[in-house]
Amino acid sequence: MGNFNVVLKRELASYFATPLAYVFIVIFLMLTGVFTFFLGGFFENGQADLWAFFNFHPWLYLFLVPALSMRLWSEERKSGTIELLMTLPISLKGMVVGKFLAAWLFTGIALVLTFPLWLTVNYLGDPDNGAILAGYLGSWMMSGGFLAIGSCISATTKNQVIAFILTAVVSFLFVMSGFNLVQEWITGWAWDWVVDAVAALSFLTHFNAIAKGVLDLRDVLFFLVIIVGWLLATAIVLDMKKAD
Amino acid sequence: MITVDNLTKRFGPFTAVGGLSFTVKPGEVLGFLGPNGAGKSTTMKMITGFLAPTSGQVTVFGHNVQEDSLAASTVMGYLPEGAPSYGDMSPLKFLRFVGEVRGFKGRELSQRVDSVVQALQLSTVLNQPIDTLSKGFKRRVGLAQAIIHDPKVLVLDEPTDGLDPNQKHEVRKLIQNLSKDKIVIVSTHILEEVTAVCTRAMIIAGGKLLVDDTPDALAARSRLHGAIRLQLSHADDAYQQLSGLAGVDEIERGDQADSLTVYPKKGVSLFLPINQLLQQNSWEVHEFHVERGRLDDVFRDLTQGGCLHG
Repeated sequence: MGNFNVVLKRELASYFATPLAYVFIVIFLMLTGVFTFFLGGFFENGQADLWAFFNFHPWLYLFLVPALSMRLWSEERKSGTIELLMTLPISLKGMVVGKFLAAWLFTGIALVLTFPLWLTVNYLGDPDNGAILAGYLGSWMMSGGFLAIGSCISATTKNQVIAFILTAVVSFLFVMSGFNLVQEWITGWAWDWVVDAVAALSFLTHFNAIAKGVLDLRDVLFFLVIIVGWLLATAIVLDMKKAD
Repeated sequence: MITVDNLTKRFGPFTAVGGLSFTVKPGEVLGFLGPNGAGKSTTMKMITGFLAPTSGQVTVFGHNVQEDSLAASTVMGYLPEGAPSYGDMSPLKFLRFVGEVRGFKGRELSQRVDSVVQALQLSTVLNQPIDTLSKGFKRRVGLAQAIIHDPKVLVLDEPTDGLDPNQKHEVRKLIQNLSKDKIVIVSTHILEEVTAVCTRAMIIAGGKLLVDDTPDALAARSRLHGAIRLQLSHADDAYQQLSGLAGVDEIERGDQADSLTVYPKKGVSLFLPINQLLQQNSWEVHEFHVERGRLDDVFRDLTQGGCLHG
């Protein structure tokens, strides 16, 4: 997988070579602001934490991350550069990991740029900075999960719009599977272990635990397994469908 | 050395390439000819390892392109059909990216990039996004990318498509200059290109190899091979006398009243007898031209299943 870092570098630079990076970051910062202050009631809560901020991240990622991940492979397939890339001496693994890491680092950058919020809570009160750090880490891990799903779906199609919509739908299922609505719906007819398995797949359950400041290794592991699993699927899809 | 062994590719019920076998030795410039959809690009994609064959295999300098694809890709340079490249990058960044992937660093990387930029005259557009470049420049960026590591094997899918005559000439010169100890495989629609750069030509149609020969031998299959085109005074008189000449197969009147094309019987050279006849009669000769044969006639005959003359 040797030179995945060359792919990573190219990919990350290409975000900033187009308006994509700036549009994404600006929208992300604006929406986190809106969610935190208006919907989350940041001030009304009267608590020095960033719960109101992290609480909305799953919903934000639901449509922002697919916008980022849709181009990962669809664009290469559409423009034919996939043929160039795949005949260069880079392993398939190196390409998949390089591209994914570039996108993941990019969401990391967007997250880091929300630091004024962190400054604000520290100015207003005396928050548990460890818990906030855990929240950031959890949010970043979760964005990785969404990106890995998006990477795989992007590999299946030349059409970025289809990649966007499918990624949003699949991601939505992964978020919702922990909700009472879904749980009650399947409890009626499915076996208990199925109900448990579906609940265990929920991004929300695992993220909420981390976002509250409880950094459980199992939750971190969950996202890592999700990422690795979907990236493996990406590699398999690419190998099967690269020339279609 | 490239060995292609019984290479077959099927897409569903459609056989794009059916049982292709050949070897290419260093120093050879192999031209792939064939109508659209003949399987040229599919074959090239399998040679470079992008496409997995349904059956059969390709070995490049001992590396199987499917099982040992990384090693095979290091000795190959490839210009895919349409010369795809990253549109938001500049040629400089793009070439540096390919160079880095190929394992070059620091000074050497810069030198490599400089030398291909010079070879393909890209210096004027070096910092412009590739998206904004003309078709000719894009093609040249694609070529630069393919030769940056001085590969032993160069696979070029329609390298001169979309170039103007001057640029075509430059690219052909480039291919000729680098092909001394290399293997070059070029696919093209342009038949003059085969005569200009290739030492060996293959005509493929319907995924099958029809002919594998030198461009000259291919041209010799043309009915026109050895035919003599004349433009002279007293064309009617000449027509009469030439008809009586031994070895003449047929005479055709040209578009202009005073031009004739004399076709020889197979294996006969008409140069001397006609020359003699012209001198004896002291006709005024405006043009005397010995045809070498036209590749496009041969190409058409072969790929459309027509009969071959000569």
